Amino acid sequence: MSANLSALAYLVSSVFFILALQGLSSAKTSQRGLTFGIAGMLLAIGTTLLSPLVLNYGLIISGIMIGGIIGTVIAQKIQMTALPQLVAAFHSLVGLSAVCVAAAAFYEPAAFNIGHVGAIAAGSLIEMGLGVTIGAITFTGSLVAFAKLQGLVSGNPLIFKGQHPLNALLGIALVILVGLFAVSESPLLFWAMVVLSLLLGFLLILPIGGADMPVVISMLNSYSGWAAAGIGFTLGNSLLIITGAIVGASGAILSYIMCKGMNRSIFNIILGGFGGDQGAAVQKTGDQRPYKAGSAEDAAFIMKNARSVIIVPGYGMAVAQAQHALREMVDLLKRDGVQVRYAIHPVAGRMPGHMNVLLAEANVPYEDVQELDEINRDFATTDVAFVIGANDVTNPAAKTDPTSAIFGMPILDVEKAKTVLFVKRSMAPGYAGVDNDLFYRDNTLMLFGDAKKMCEEIIKAVQE
Amino acid sequence: MELISPFLLGLTVFILAVFVGYYVVWKVTPALHSPLMSVTNAISSVIIVGAVLATGAAQDLCTQIFGFAAVVMASINIFGGFVVTRRMLNMFNTKK
Repeated sequence: MSANLSALAYLVSSVFFILALQGLSSAKTSQRGLTFGIAGMLLAIGTTLLSPLVLNYGLIISGIMIGGIIGTVIAQKIQMTALPQLVAAFHSLVGLSAVCVAAAAFYEPAAFNIGHVGAIAAGSLIEMGLGVTIGAITFTGSLVAFAKLQGLVSGNPLIFKGQHPLNALLGIALVILVGLFAVSESPLLFWAMVVLSLLLGFLLILPIGGADMPVVISMLNSYSGWAAAGIGFTLGNSLLIITGAIVGASGAILSYIMCKGMNRSIFNIILGGFGGDQGAAVQKTGDQRPYKAGSAEDAAFIMKNARSVIIVPGYGMAVAQAQHALREMVDLLKRDGVQVRYAIHPVAGRMPGHMNVLLAEANVPYEDVQELDEINRDFATTDVAFVIGANDVTNPAAKTDPTSAIFGMPILDVEKAKTVLFVKRSMAPGYAGVDNDLFYRDNTLMLFGDAKKMCEEIIKAVQE
Repeated sequence: MELISPFLLGLTVFILAVFVGYYVVWKVTPALHSPLMSVTNAISSVIIVGAVLATGAAQDLCTQIFGFAAVVMASINIFGGFVVTRRMLNMFNTKK
């Protein structure tokens, strides 16, 4: 295939990718969008295979088959609750492939038509340096995120003295290295860049706590796009540049939405150290306040006699895999004529849209699930708010207490409902380490136990 | 006539694509943010284009190994990303 024809095919493939994302503007068009995405990818790979530069097909085909089988099997088997880990793991692979492609281009530029060993243009070397740096940061950063989400390491922020100066130092060193590398084209500097970036990726994500993961995953999503764009610049391939830019922008927007959902700046999150044990320890010094604990039967009675119920799911629902039991419970209530809807906070769960996917998995109708802006004013006219596995996103301190760690965060106005039911394992404060005033209100009933078991018990009680 | 540097052409494409991405992604409904993430993950693995060139066009064994590793990893992402996105979207569409 001639170079011009390939470029044209790559252009079509870029347009297909844009259409794929556009399809996601509604659930109806999303399937068609995905088909565009797959078609774009097939076209891109097919075009590259037909390039006159490609001589050796065996290795490529076997590589695609090995990767394809692994990827398909994993994606088929993965539980929807483990989705954030899966996405983090996938991001790390994008990062590492970017590093590998950059290394290949460095050692044999002729294969990519970008010059010869020892005579790669300085501009290409800078682009290569940026691609490999961002790729390596994405790789180790995503590995740490994966380990935290999978529970392999503690979700608490890990902080040590001198962390920020060290990271800043590494960042500056990397910039200098990229510059030196562009001048010298030295293999030693190439690998020094890789090693430093790997280290930086690791150190950057380590201090960030579990509940900030929606931001981290979005950020790494963005990085993986920028890495692809960097490689696109190196290889002079506009398809890679376009796709990388779009993915980079997408991740950046998601990070912004998540930050806004927590009323925190991206810097605040990257600097890390928010929440976790430290905060909790401070709170424990406070004296015990009285609260009311109820049983599944109480909850069943209250909800059965309500006109309207709003469910507020959080990460606790995902951990307990309670979505199916929850939907069954809601079905029973609906049969009794209760109006039931779900309220989703932007940062509920461990990745953007996490709760929506889990509810969709449990066959909850799309129309019943509403975002914070849509449903928030309805709490005042609602009989029961049923909070399952969420905490900080309902804490009124975010509105009233300027000294609180979560002050200014948009919250679901659960406290305005006539009765609040809280499904929780214990009285422990949420991730932010802030006590929730709501637990001690007169109209709040605490339901202690595992979210899934609690739903099952309520189902039994409603049926009786 | 002076030739425009390939970097500037690339930069033009890049900046325009960032704008396209910006407007397209703001239109994505929040309920579909998880599929958005998995599908962008799959398409960013279009980096396989570079990996295929590295594997198929290289003479040097070392380059081929880097290329092959990248082909395998990018394929895991492409297949895995698309399959898991399809699974999610099916969940959003099955019920009435």
